[in-house]
Formats: sequence, C-alpha cells, structure tokens
Amino acid sequence: MSIKEATPVVSETRKSPPPPRPKARQRAWDDVPRWQIYLPLGIYLLFTLIPFYWILLFALRPTGSTSLVPWPMTFDHFEKVWTEREFGTYFQNSVLVGVATLVMTTLVALAGGYALARFNFKIKRAFMLGLLCSQFVPGALLLVPLFEIFAKIQMINSLGSVIIAETVFQLPLSIILISNFIKNVPPSLEEAAWVDGCNRFTAFRIVVLPLLRPGLIAVGSFAFVHSWNHFLFALMFLNNPEKQTIPVGLNTLMGADSVDLGALAAGGIIAAVPVVLVFAFIQKWLITGFSAGAVKG
Amino acid sequence: MAQAAAVAKPPAPPRRRRASATPRRLPYLLIAPAALLMLGFIAYPVISVFYYSLQNYNPTKPWRNGYAGFDNFTKIFTDDPAFWDTLTFSAKWVFVEVGLQLLFGLALALIVNQTFVGRALGRAMVFSPWAVSGVLTSAIWVLLYNSQTGITRYLADMGIGSYGTSWLSDTSTVFPAAIVADLWRGVPFFAILILADLQSVSKDLYEAAEVDGASRLKQFWHITLPHLKDAIVLSTLLRAVWEFNNVDLLYTLTGGGPAGETTTLPLYIANTSVDAHNFGYASALTTVAFVILLFCSMVYLRLSKFGGEDK
Repeated sequence: MSIKEATPVVSETRKSPPPPRPKARQRAWDDVPRWQIYLPLGIYLLFTLIPFYWILLFALRPTGSTSLVPWPMTFDHFEKVWTEREFGTYFQNSVLVGVATLVMTTLVALAGGYALARFNFKIKRAFMLGLLCSQFVPGALLLVPLFEIFAKIQMINSLGSVIIAETVFQLPLSIILISNFIKNVPPSLEEAAWVDGCNRFTAFRIVVLPLLRPGLIAVGSFAFVHSWNHFLFALMFLNNPEKQTIPVGLNTLMGADSVDLGALAAGGIIAAVPVVLVFAFIQKWLITGFSAGAVKG
Repeated sequence: MAQAAAVAKPPAPPRRRRASATPRRLPYLLIAPAALLMLGFIAYPVISVFYYSLQNYNPTKPWRNGYAGFDNFTKIFTDDPAFWDTLTFSAKWVFVEVGLQLLFGLALALIVNQTFVGRALGRAMVFSPWAVSGVLTSAIWVLLYNSQTGITRYLADMGIGSYGTSWLSDTSTVFPAAIVADLWRGVPFFAILILADLQSVSKDLYEAAEVDGASRLKQFWHITLPHLKDAIVLSTLLRAVWEFNNVDLLYTLTGGGPAGETTTLPLYIANTSVDAHNFGYASALTTVAFVILLFCSMVYLRLSKFGGEDK
C-alpha cells in the first residue's frame, strides 16, 4: 500500500525516482537560500488559505457576527443546510454520481487504453484522432443536443444521464493517460506470464494491473473530482430537486434573492470535504502518476 | 494468486496462445465501449449541432422552423455585436488567465520541487484549490467580495477603500476580481503538471552544469525550461481550451454581468440556447466557436513546434 512500493514502476522506466522525502544527498542545485523558498511559498499560502479560512469562518460563526474568529462557534448553518436545504439528499446524489463515474471511466478507459498500448489495428489512428479532437469539443456547448438525446432515451431527471455525460467527457484524456501508463510496463513481463500459461486477461490482471496502481488512482480520482464538481450537466438534465447534486444546490443558494451567507458557507464546506479528503489521499500519487504517463505522449 | 492460476491450467504452448487468442477481434472489442459512448454522446451531438446551425430552430416559435441556409452565419458576422464583444472578452479572459496561471504555476512548481522542511504539507496545501469546483470557488469568492462582510469591509476598517464596495458589481473591478478568483483555482493545475515533469529532469545535467560553473538562472534557462517545453505547450493548450469552454465560474460568480461585462462566448451561447431557446442560432455560434478553437490550436501547435526536432 505504501508509496515506496509503487514508485519503482516509474523509476524503472524513467530512471529518475522522485525522492518522496528530503534525503541526505544534497547538491548545489538544492542549496537555495531558505528564505527564497519560504518567503514566496508563505505569501502564496496566504493567498491559498485565506479564502478557505473565510468560508470556514462564515460557516461557523452566528449570522450577523463580524468577528474574525469563529467564536462562539455554532453548527446551526450546517444543520439548516443539511436538512432544510436538502444538502443531505444532494450529498447522496453527488456521491452516487461520483462513484459511478469513477468506476465506469476507469473500466472503459482501461480496456481502451490497453488496446491502444498493445495492439496495432486498422482504425487505431482514427480512434486516436477522435480522442484528441474530442478534447476540443466543449461539453457546455453540446448541452442542447445532449438534452435531446437524453430526452429521447427517457433519461432526463435520472442520475444516469449525468453519469453517462460525465464519463463520456472524462474518457478521452483517461484513455490516453492509461495507454501511456501501460506502454511504460514492459511487454516482456506479460509475455512471461503467458509462457507460464496465463491467458491474456489473467496475465493482465496479475502482472500489469498492480503496476498501474498510481496511474489508476490518478485517473480515477480525476474522474471522481470532476464529476463531483461539475455543474452544468446536473443543472440541465436534472429538474427534480430530489435528484440534484451539490454544485446545483450551491448555485441555488447563491442565486437566492438575499443570499444567506452562513448557509452558503456551510454548503460550501460540505461540498469541499469529500474532494479535499480524496485530494489529501491521492496527492502524492498524482505527481507520480502524471510523471509516469501524462503529458509526454 | 499467480501460482494458483498457473497451476490450474495445463501448460499450454506459449507462443501459440497469442495467435489463437482472437488477436484480430480483441482490440476492437476493447475499444468498443469507449468508441460507442463517444460516438453516441460526442460525435452525434456535434453532427447535430452542425445540422441545426443551418436551420431556424426554436421550440417556442415552431412556425419559423426550417432550413435557413447560411442565414445564421451571415447574421453572426454582420449583424451581431454581442458575438464580437463576447469573443473579444473570451480571448482576453483566456490570454490573461492562462498566462498568469502558467507564470505562477511554474514558479510554484520550482519552489516546491526544492527540498525543504515541511515540503509534503506545503505541497498539499498549495495544490488543494485544484480539487475545488468552479461553483464552490464562486461561493468562496462571493463571500470574500460581498460588500457587507467581505474583505473590503475589513480593509475599510483599516482605512483602505470605502465601505460598501462590491468588486463584483462594479464594471471597473469585476474583471480583475474574477481573474483572481479563477487564478486561485487554476494555478495548482499548472503547478502539478509542471512539478510532475520536473521529476524526470536528469540530475546529471545539473551536475555537469555545476561543474561548468553555470549560474542557477542559466541552468533554469538551458536545462529546465527546454525539458519542460513540451509539457508547457501541451498544458497551456489544454488549459486554454478548457478556460475558453468552461462556464461554471463566470456563470455562478458574475452571471456574465454587470451589464454583460464578463460574458464569454460560451456563456452567450448558453444564454441564447437556454434562455432564448434559439437553438438554430446557438448551434451556428457553437460551430463558429469550435472552428475558431481548432484553428487557434493548430496555429499554436505549429508556432511552438510541438514535439519538435529533438524527438
């Protein structure tokens, strides 16, 4: 489970293991004066953290308070948002959409990525071209035709429509990433497993899949975070308040005539907690995953 | 697990398997789910957008629906100031946003690539806004910018500015205010990608440069930057397309206002199709936006000599 187990995959193929911890071997390149690190970093951290503090402040202090510390602390806003403003329901829906998108994206992209990495076939170039071109297709601008499609197959107001739409727009990048990860695994490893009598699928599962872990975590968490955060599809395809997701709920709170800032802040915290947790967990894998396969084709 | 599977199967002739395991059809089967999903939910909608762009199509005015030829396009280029306004704003938005994000992202990546105490925590905190959604970013900055209890109030308490200032509803401040809000979320994207690419710079190069007495600035200019080039080109391109297309933040933060001041082309298109139900015209606008995007991307890739000589 540890990162140390996973990094060798990368280092094997890229010959430069990212040092996960500060190590003893330092050279002139690392001899940057400390203040040149801490000062800009500190300033940037202020810019990053003050907005987070601000929303926490509004969520925890009573309405009307202008104190700059959340004291006396109150959880009224959370209670109100969770029950009255239906954030409990939104939360469930968002989790469902996020997890379903994660699973679908990962499975479909794994299959497609494997095909691209290990086979030559007739429509390969066309398929690659399609993947690249779809990067330029703005999901937001396809809302109307997508709406019509989902209306035709009777999926308006069903979470399925959002899950499909999120998956589809997540796929191109995921497939490209995963195929690069797989290319980094030497085919000889798989071939050795075939020699031992495994079929293609078993060999893939036993030999390749474990090596893909950092990459899969990066791709999966991408899919989850994106679908958790994305807002237009849910806004368009789900009209029933019981079916809506957290970003739509937040937007409704902001759009109200007199914005209840405490409720908005509490809703924001609820929206942030899962992604921040996911992020904290995957942060290191993200760097490894990207350096293994991402940007460089 | 490996052993069990290996034992259960009778030893099969190793090389034969490969030929017999339906290699002809397997890749097609593997890409089928992805291909079908993308055909159905990307290709088909794109084609229908092209189709509608040549039609008068408005569900609220069915009597006028029908083939329109290039009327929609003629109108866009000759008779629609909003198109030019929003296109100009989009260009400005993308240019400023991507430029600043790259600059800060690069600086940030270089800093957190150093070895220092508290690096892991520093990285996690600095990158964290990446995970935050456009809507949540809006919510946060609405709280920061609001006139009663936002940051301006406390600044006014300290004697800076005046009470009741709302940066989001003033046409002279709304642009920088929105830019800063989007920067907050956008910089980590570049920082993460660039940091990832920094991991693969060979340390030997720096050592050699060190021996030759190259300054740190020189090392950055001659080693780091060329190494990062492809990553930078690709990530700026992806980001530019994304910034152009993304409407979450501006839709929720300013709603395109005040007075249409922050309406991007996609936002204008969304309003045309969703509020005005003018699908035909919105489709024509979409087509134009798509062509512009594709053209700019080609030019950019050509100019930057992406994946150039050294590959």
